[in-house]
Parts: sequence; structure tokens; C-alpha cells
Amino acid sequence: MALVPRRRTDPLWMLAPTALLLAVFFFYPLLHAVHTSLHRWDLLTEPRFVGTANYRSLWESGDLLHWTTTTVLFSLVVVTGATGLGLGLALLLNRPGRLVGFVRSAVFSAYVVSWVSVALLWLWVLDADAGALNGLLGFFGFEAVPWLGSPRLALLAVAGVTLWKIAGYGMVLFLAGLQDVPPALLEAAALDGAGRLARFWHITWPLLRPTTLFVVTTSLIASFQVFDVVRVMTQGGPVHATTVFVYAIYEQVFVNLRVGRASAAIVVFFVLLAALTALQLWAWTRRDPSARAPRGSHP
Amino acid sequence: MKRAPLARDGAPLGPVWLRLGWGALLVGVGLLWLLPYLWMVVTSLKTLPEIVRAPTAPLPSGLSFEAYAAALEAMPFAHYLWNTTLMALLIAALQIAVALPAAYCLAKLQFRFRTAAFLLVVATLAVPAQVRFVPVFALLAEVGLVNTMSALVLPFGVSAFGTFLLRQALLAVPDALIEAARLDGASEIAIVYRLLPPLLLPALTAFFLFSFTYHWNDYFWPLVMTTDDQVRTLPLGIALLREQGTGVRWHIVMAGNVLLSLPALAVFALAQRHLLRAVTTKAR
Repeated sequence: MALVPRRRTDPLWMLAPTALLLAVFFFYPLLHAVHTSLHRWDLLTEPRFVGTANYRSLWESGDLLHWTTTTVLFSLVVVTGATGLGLGLALLLNRPGRLVGFVRSAVFSAYVVSWVSVALLWLWVLDADAGALNGLLGFFGFEAVPWLGSPRLALLAVAGVTLWKIAGYGMVLFLAGLQDVPPALLEAAALDGAGRLARFWHITWPLLRPTTLFVVTTSLIASFQVFDVVRVMTQGGPVHATTVFVYAIYEQVFVNLRVGRASAAIVVFFVLLAALTALQLWAWTRRDPSARAPRGSHP
Repeated sequence: MKRAPLARDGAPLGPVWLRLGWGALLVGVGLLWLLPYLWMVVTSLKTLPEIVRAPTAPLPSGLSFEAYAAALEAMPFAHYLWNTTLMALLIAALQIAVALPAAYCLAKLQFRFRTAAFLLVVATLAVPAQVRFVPVFALLAEVGLVNTMSALVLPFGVSAFGTFLLRQALLAVPDALIEAARLDGASEIAIVYRLLPPLLLPALTAFFLFSFTYHWNDYFWPLVMTTDDQVRTLPLGIALLREQGTGVRWHIVMAGNVLLSLPALAVFALAQRHLLRAVTTKAR
């Protein structure tokens, strides 16, 4: 069904701007990062070749393991939470009515507001001394909790705030998925005496599987790239408890001026992301061989 | 026989306790997502003595706008707002201008490396800004473009998501329309930039809003690409309010936060339908 180009060169100029920008801002940076990762560089003096020293330093200091662990833990909470909460909210709010519509909008609005807004908002709510949450706990006679001050709780708190922001994303996708469940099927099952749970388990849930896969993979990749909440709320602390991968890279560059080491971390991080993206594409093409082409994670 | 009314999931509405539980859950969820916003507004209307004395008092003693005045005084607010809006507009415009011919070519024209070119564009989804910022920063520093609007706009000129979205929308445009335009003597440029945009309006609107809000809200890229007020954006300025040793002056931070989130919420209220489309087309 494709049209024949009028001139053979037409595809060239049509793709030229895209190709140029990709070359300068995507492919060159990747090569540059690999190159820089083999050097010691502080942005100010000339880079010095050091071989694989940066990679060895990342591994031997335990930093790489720590950043990966932090990021994976954070992702686990966010992905399971976003999927579960998204599905729960969608099931709860899949009804007509103005109040329900309003609540749907309220949940989804958090997805549209900036990360900075959300982070500042919750930084204040979770403040150990003057925060509203500890105030509320105190009102009911509980002790104040150092939400962001405790190494054990901080990562969970940041993940919770992230969940609050992106739950609307999962909800909206599951709501769209629920629209594709044929009502006749559910009615027929109901007439046959299938209860609520049975109907959900045998009809709705299997039909939602593609949506679930989509929410899981996109939120996985997005949660791996978390930065804003961490930068605003904890700066990677306390005692590096919330130093996720991207924050670590940022810190290496702008705080420690160790650009070579940061580049090594970038290369490792890119390999991780590429693996996750490949996993995502594999999962999508497996579920639907009619090749609905791949689509974006959060951009 | 009369049947019980059906809810949208096809289930009967069920016994009273179930309906009550559902209602309570609904209100709980609504409060969980609204109370933080309300708390932000309440805090922003308090005065310094109130914040110090009773930070968790549910209501301010009166309507004081001193926090807003202080927030506006702490930064060139209008300048930041202009920077942010201009940057987001330029990015969205550039992305659309670049993606339109590419999407047309990838969706409609027959040429040798079509599939490969398409996969290459999509593959860049695996290379987010967080991977690119160090080399791009070094590159832009070399040519003296750090701290300029170019540093904020150019690196986002290609949107894989936008190209993909427009390509999908183009697949639904009949070839006959394009053939007819060719017969009428329209050049390919005219087809790409004049014939197609009205036909792709829903996809373009969705993508524009998505890109605009995303970059308007962006914190990471302006943070690493700017070091002075000249091109600094609003999310940075507001986050700085808290870093500048505000101590307990949370009413000022929250006032700034109200100013930052209001435009986003306004866009959301006006264009929720289009934003929903942008999010859900990705999954369909």
C-alpha cells in the first residue's frame, strides 16, 4: 500500500533532520561516554587515559552494587505498587457518575503536575517535626516517624511519593483496558451464576493481561530513571540510602567532578536500560505477533 | 422478569454493605489525592509566626498573601515563567516540525531501509536524557552553548514517541488523498506541512500537550544545562526556594509551589481528554 516517492531522494531529506539530531544528541553521546569512561577527567584539566580503572573502581568500592540494589528495590516497590494500585483504582472507579469522575481526575492530576511540585508537597507533609502526617499521628497518640531521616524508611517514603504521582497513569491505562472487556461476556457469566470474584478471575483479568504487561514494563523503565524526587527530597541520603543510579551519576559529575567514573556508570546504566527495553519489546511481540509496533516508555 | 441494575463492569450493584464500603473507599481515595493539594494552599496562606508556632494548624488565622509576595521577591518569577513556556513551546514545535516529514516517509513512502530506519528511531527510547547529559554537556560547553536556550531545546528535537505517534496516525490516512494532492500539483513539502496537519489534528494535539507539559515540568535537563538566571526555568527556581536555607519558612515554599502547579493543573482541567488520549494511545 506504500506510495512510490516522486524522487528517489525524497526519503533522504525527510529523514535528514531526524538523522542529524539523532547522530549529534544520541549516538555521538553514547560513543563519547564509552570513550570518557576510559579516562580520568574532572571537566577542568585534560582527560588522562586510565584504561578500565573506572569500571574496576565502581565494582571494587561496592558503589555499583549499592546503586543497583537501591534502584532495583525502589523499582520493585514502584512497579508492583503502580500496577496493583492502578488496577485497584480502575476497578473502583470504572463507573459513571460525577463524583467518580471527579475522583478519577484528582488521581490522574498528580501525573500531570511536575515532579518538583509533588516532591516539595510531600517533603512538607512528611517533615519530621512540623509535617502534617506526623501531626496527624500525634493527634491519635502515635510517635513521630522520621520518614525521610531514617535510612530504613527513606527509600520506601520516596517510592511511596512516586506511587502517589504515577498511580493515575496505571489507572488510566487499566480503565482503557476495562473498556475492551465485552459486557455481554460478563453478563452471560453472571446469568450462569458466576460470582464477582469468579468473573474477575476468569474473564476480566485474562483480558487485562496485555494492559498489565504494558504498565509493568513502562513503569519499570521509568522507575529506573528516577531522579527528580530524590534530588529534591533526600539528595541521595540519609547515608546514601536513596542514592539511585541516576542520582549517583549526577553526584559523580557535579559534586565530585569525576566525569570518567560517571561515564563508566553511564555505560553500565545504558546496558541495563537496553536490556530492560529488549525485555519489553520481547514481551510485547510475544503477546501479540500481529506486530503492533513498539511504543514509548515515559518519553 | 425485572433484573437488578447493572454497574459498568456488568455486576449487580450488590448488597448494602458492599455499596457502603465502596462509597467509603471512594471518598478515602478522593481525600488521599486532594488533601496534599489543599494542605499546600493552606500552608501558603499562613504567616511566619503561624508556621513557627502551629505548623499543623488545619486553617490559617486569616488570609495572608505575604508568602506569595516573598516567593515572588526571591526570584525573577516572570522571567522564569517566560523561559519555561518559551522552552516548552520551542521543543514541541521543533519536535513536530522534525517528526512530520519523518513520520510521513516512514508511514507512506516505499524505500529500501524503511523498517531499519523506523527501528533505529524507536531504539532511541532506550537512551533517555539521563544517559546523554554528560557527553551533551561536554559537547555544548565546547561550542559555548551551555546556559543558552539552544542547550535546552536542541537535544530534544527528535521525539521517538512523537514520530511513532504521528506514523501510527498516518497509517489511517488513505493513500488516495495524497495521490490526489500530487495530481493537483502539490509539492511533497506542501503535502507534509499543509495537507497532513489538519488530517492529523487529534494526534498532533495529543502529542503537543504531552510534550509541552512534560518539558514545562522538566527539572533534570535545565538543572544540568544551566548555571545562571538567564535561561533558568520555573521548576528549578521553585526548588531553589527550599534550598536557599529557608529553614522553617515553608509557607514561602508552598506559595511558590502553588504558583508552579497552578498552570499545570489549569492545562489539565482544560485538556484532560487530549492528555488521556496521549497516554492511552501508547498502550493500544
